[in-house]
Amino acid sequence: MSLTNETIKARLIEKFGEQVSNFEEPYGMLTFEAPKEMNLKVMQFLFDDTELRFQFLTDLTAVHYPDKAARELAVVYHLHNLVDNVRIRFKVFTDINKPDIFTATQLYSSANWMERETYDFFGVNFVGHPNLKRILNVDEMDYFPLLKQYPLEDQTRIDKDDAMFGR
Amino acid sequence: MSETITHHHHIKLPEGSIEKTTTTLNLGPTHPATHGVFQNILELDGERIVSAEQTVGYIHRAFEKLAERRPLYQITTITDRLNYCSSPINNMGWHLTCEKLLGVKTPKRVDYLRIIIMELARISDHLICNSVVGVDSGAYTGFLYVMQYRELIYEIYEEVCGSRLTTNMGRIGGFERNFSNTAFEKIEKFLNEYPAVLKEFENLFNRNRIFMERTIGAGPISAARALNYGFTGPNLRAAGVDYDVRVHTPYSSYDDFEFEIPVGSTGDCYDRFLVRNQEMWQSLSIISQAYKKIQEMKGADAEVYHADAPAYYLPEKKDVYTKMEALIWHFKIIMGETEIPPGEVYQSVEGGNGELGFYLISDGGRTPYRLHFRRPCFIYYQAYSELTKGSMLSDAIIVMSSLNLIAGEMDA
Repeated sequence: MSLTNETIKARLIEKFGEQVSNFEEPYGMLTFEAPKEMNLKVMQFLFDDTELRFQFLTDLTAVHYPDKAARELAVVYHLHNLVDNVRIRFKVFTDINKPDIFTATQLYSSANWMERETYDFFGVNFVGHPNLKRILNVDEMDYFPLLKQYPLEDQTRIDKDDAMFGR
Repeated sequence: MSETITHHHHIKLPEGSIEKTTTTLNLGPTHPATHGVFQNILELDGERIVSAEQTVGYIHRAFEKLAERRPLYQITTITDRLNYCSSPINNMGWHLTCEKLLGVKTPKRVDYLRIIIMELARISDHLICNSVVGVDSGAYTGFLYVMQYRELIYEIYEEVCGSRLTTNMGRIGGFERNFSNTAFEKIEKFLNEYPAVLKEFENLFNRNRIFMERTIGAGPISAARALNYGFTGPNLRAAGVDYDVRVHTPYSSYDDFEFEIPVGSTGDCYDRFLVRNQEMWQSLSIISQAYKKIQEMKGADAEVYHADAPAYYLPEKKDVYTKMEALIWHFKIIMGETEIPPGEVYQSVEGGNGELGFYLISDGGRTPYRLHFRRPCFIYYQAYSELTKGSMLSDAIIVMSSLNLIAGEMDA
């Protein structure tokens, strides 16, 4: 029998009780949330459980919600059970002033660069990461560019004279 | 005289470099063998690789940030510049993501036309990758020989959308215009001529002693490690896992087609090469099935090239000039006055080198709230140091090209 969203939800609630919350199914993908201290426990359970077997980390990224007090940053994991072919989305929220989240690199080697990318753009501090430094941006950069407070350059600005690119 | 000459140390050596027994070699960022702008800092003991450290990000263009200010149609041009060896797949992946969010249903003919283009793109992608593996192992002939068929594929793109490399092809809901007769003729020409070329290409490599000795056992990876490293696409299948997005999460009516998923066993360069070659045969078969299905369509079905979704499908330019309705929709779409529902979507397609995912969060505004690209080669390039550890320098080069690393996709 194939794995359904209801089964996954029931297994998670059975194991973690009220700590897993906000179950949704946008466009069919089961989405839920856990406290940030629990992220590794939840992922380890999803990985090890003989029924769930979410052993493939498809994607890891973050989203910035500046208006949500004390939960400004969401770290989003997309996990895939390749045997039953089910995908789920798992989120943890963190305060932007203390963006410490446990690293998933022990569980997934692929998380290494994905976490570095998330750190690079959002400043999420992955605790226990073997090599947490910037990956796509220059090392000297002193801010995290994908945060919403940094707007893109105003396209109508005229103070910049760049003969090479014809502004 | 002699007292005026003071002795300066002009070359400042890093500390400990005299005592060091290994050599540091910078491979890239502009080394011709990297086929793209990325750097590998190799630590060599003689010709053996002790460790490799990759540096990426040289052509980072902040796509995810840019996307937060762009309406949906302007993002298509960004996706072109991810894996530029198979841009139409990226374009269509993006349009499929939008369609999923907006709830647009496409007609079968659109799906099949898309499949023809996506499979042509896959062939051109694999063709470049495999022939470059040949180049890096000393066989230039294959590369030059197949290039004229990539050219034919580009001509088909040109006939369909007007451009060749960064195609910006299609619309939300379909294509900007119907395929011309010339486009179909060229597709037919490709279907007729390409099998012989691919056969000859295989003859050149598959049982070539030099090629086999260079690639067998170079950069192998086990299925378990490949999965843990987030491999997808031909690289994962070469390690023996039959995961293919076209089969696991069918999009664009891929479930209407009969095709096989070739797998390898050792995950080395040779298996990756064979898997890609086999996939080209499968792609050819898919294209001819799709072409046949399109030819069999009758009546109005045989003419349709876009979904009936006026709120999102950018109307044809000549209609904009002559019809009131089209003018209104054109204006609304361009000015971003169409309603985009809030929502959270993950859509992936089987790109040239793996699962290309689009994670789109919309808050109902005219631009995405957040758009993240799951870029397959960014994820699997991490494994490079593990793949090359202990091997020869020349293997490192061939492993790099056989992983099909595209700098544009890696750096976003």
